[in-house]
Amino acid sequence: MFAYLLRRLLYAIPILIGVNLITFALFFVVNTPDDMARMQLGAKRVTPEAIAQWKAERGYDKPLLLNLDAKGSGVLTETIFFAKSARMFAGDFGRAEDGRDITREIRLRMMPSLAIAVPTFALGLFVSVSCALLLAFFRATRLDFWGVVLCVAMMSVSGLFYIIGGQYLVSKLWRLVPISGFGEGLDAWKFLILPVAIGVVSGIGASTRWYRTLFLEEIGRDYVRTARAKGLSEIDVLFRHVLRNALIPILTGVVAVIPLLFMGSLLSESFFGIPGLGSYTIDAIGAQDFAVVRSMVFIGSVLYIAGLILTDLSYTLVDPRIRLER
Amino acid sequence: MNAPPILPILLWSDALIWLLALAGATLAALSWRNPPSRAAWRRVGANRPGMAAATILAAFVAVGLLDSLHYRPRLENPLPEQAAAYAVEVLSALDALAAPLRLASEKTYSAPLATRAYAKETMEIRAADGSLRTLRDFPRLKYGGAHLGDDEAARDGDVLAKALAAAALAAGVFAALAWAVARVLARRAGERVGQAWSRLWKGETGFAWNAVLIASGALLLALLPILALCGDYHVFGTDKVGQDVFYQILKSVRTALVIGLVTTLVALPVAIGLGILAGYFRGWVDDAIQYLYTTISSIPGVLLIAAAVLMMQVIIDTHPQWFATAAERADLRLLSLCFILGLTSWTSLCRLLRGETLKLRELEYIQAAQAFGVADLAILRRHVLPNLMHLVIITLVMDFSGLVLAEAVLSYVGIGVDPTMTSFGTMINNARMELSREPAVWWSLASAFTFMFTLVLAANLLADAVRDAFDPRG
Repeated sequence: MFAYLLRRLLYAIPILIGVNLITFALFFVVNTPDDMARMQLGAKRVTPEAIAQWKAERGYDKPLLLNLDAKGSGVLTETIFFAKSARMFAGDFGRAEDGRDITREIRLRMMPSLAIAVPTFALGLFVSVSCALLLAFFRATRLDFWGVVLCVAMMSVSGLFYIIGGQYLVSKLWRLVPISGFGEGLDAWKFLILPVAIGVVSGIGASTRWYRTLFLEEIGRDYVRTARAKGLSEIDVLFRHVLRNALIPILTGVVAVIPLLFMGSLLSESFFGIPGLGSYTIDAIGAQDFAVVRSMVFIGSVLYIAGLILTDLSYTLVDPRIRLER
Repeated sequence: MNAPPILPILLWSDALIWLLALAGATLAALSWRNPPSRAAWRRVGANRPGMAAATILAAFVAVGLLDSLHYRPRLENPLPEQAAAYAVEVLSALDALAAPLRLASEKTYSAPLATRAYAKETMEIRAADGSLRTLRDFPRLKYGGAHLGDDEAARDGDVLAKALAAAALAAGVFAALAWAVARVLARRAGERVGQAWSRLWKGETGFAWNAVLIASGALLLALLPILALCGDYHVFGTDKVGQDVFYQILKSVRTALVIGLVTTLVALPVAIGLGILAGYFRGWVDDAIQYLYTTISSIPGVLLIAAAVLMMQVIIDTHPQWFATAAERADLRLLSLCFILGLTSWTSLCRLLRGETLKLRELEYIQAAQAFGVADLAILRRHVLPNLMHLVIITLVMDFSGLVLAEAVLSYVGIGVDPTMTSFGTMINNARMELSREPAVWWSLASAFTFMFTLVLAANLLADAVRDAFDPRG
């Protein structure tokens, strides 16, 4: 078990290096620092001196990969790749184009993101599993049929409309909660309740349909027939046998998402004005702040890989038939 | 001197769209000759919701294809000795057909079917005695209900009469269509038309004709009144700059189709090629390909797209000399978005195909082919690839709706299509603050929502039908 974990962690290193190289290629080779300087300075103030100064201030004036003028290890370290990309492995993300420290910003904005993402995730999982169980209980009836139709219809609505419609109805027409904003501590609940509710509703369609398929697959198995044959009621069969076994694929499927909750939600954070990582990313994209986008790419891939490893571990925890030997 | 009145333009995305239509037709012909896949397509044809959805989708595709025939009109030049000059504006066949919609621009917002603008304005009116008076009122629209003249009260009656006439026409066309189908069915089965008629509506035909007919009836009933009214009114209102919303909706369809289809076209060859190679050859090839797709899929999709689109934007901005017209620039941005989406979305299909190939290569018939000394490439082409096609087809239709939805989100974030290009995403993005106006401007959002929902729902239903028919487990 421990050896397996170690192997997986080691395997993550070449992947992260790959991610780093891809982002480096996108941000510095396809698009040179000169181009970036021109974009940031705006059309009017572009002079060779201004570009050189902009690059020097941000450390973009070094060579890309190899610095042949430097001595010793400086050949590798006195380069943009080392200064901007390789340092991320140590958790040092440098400064945004506006001069703020990215690491500090991320630490500040993590909590608001989690305050939305975790309740949405937990509540969404609970609601979807319950709905799917209901549909599975009434399988092959009108309720099941129209339930699936409703799920497909809900899947077909763009997430933007859930947010825009929800804000319009709840905040503008009914004036139940403020339209947007964020508060400290316990006051935050009235800002959080609408984004969480919308997040849950917008995810219900797809996940209920998927979980229903899993339940139905499980219901067709032999042990379920045995359970029914020995006289268990349908409710008992569903809750004690089907639910437990179907939870294995459901849980292992959602475990991969848990680390990514830290990234926050791009859309709802920016619509509701919540100062989390999602709105940070959107603002950075809008302002063409490449340093921030680069850092978020790196953090996102670290979290994704963490999710993959967690998925594998959760398999062994919930299903004793699976062993991680290889 | 007789220069043609139009200069045909083939945008890159047009070429790809028509290529795609051609490829679709070829693929359909090929799979019709192959009995198992013909049986699968027959099962799709028997699926009622699926066929109703396919009918609706066909209407969207027709609009999209019409909008993919581009040209530049010749400018009127008075001097005959000058060489003919063409407008920088690129138009499409759809623009030509919808010219009354495109050119009927008001000043600003107006509600659906309105004859007056949304906001009050100060106007100067000459009174009967010749003195000027200023008046604050809703100004009369230039085009909306212009044929009514001063008799604005007649609007309701006019709208109702036109809509009813169009609905009656729709009912007539529907009846004619249904009768024609029944006749064809009757001739094929050698029975009376009455028998075929009742068989048709009881759903006893192999192909889901009743679903197709009902869907086309609903389509006619919804579209004909709109078409009858859209020449005289703004059926879905106008937006902030006074452009007709219905026209924007029509233009958005092509963008959605390009995003949904061309992206898959980009992703398919990569996914199929790499997936098969990894599964068939295993060893270091497999390791390398697995490393590649794990790395790419570990970057959060939105961020990878954002990074790539930002880079693309810089390249486009720094090379204005590449593009003769604004349409070409917007088109390149659309295509690059398709490529970027394709490069981020091939990984899941690749993983799926690799797993399936791993299973296939252990089967007896492939081992027999290897023992006979058939070349690897021939085995892959003749034995492996055809047995993976069902997965490819299922993925193709399942991805479409997701991509259409993704376009809206990306355009909202600012990394979608060019802001000058009409799409559902840019429509929503422009309209998102309108609900907070007083009174709310709801029509832009509501129509974008309705049409996008219809498109995505139809795509989802068709995808379900195709998956049920092709998935061997189902």
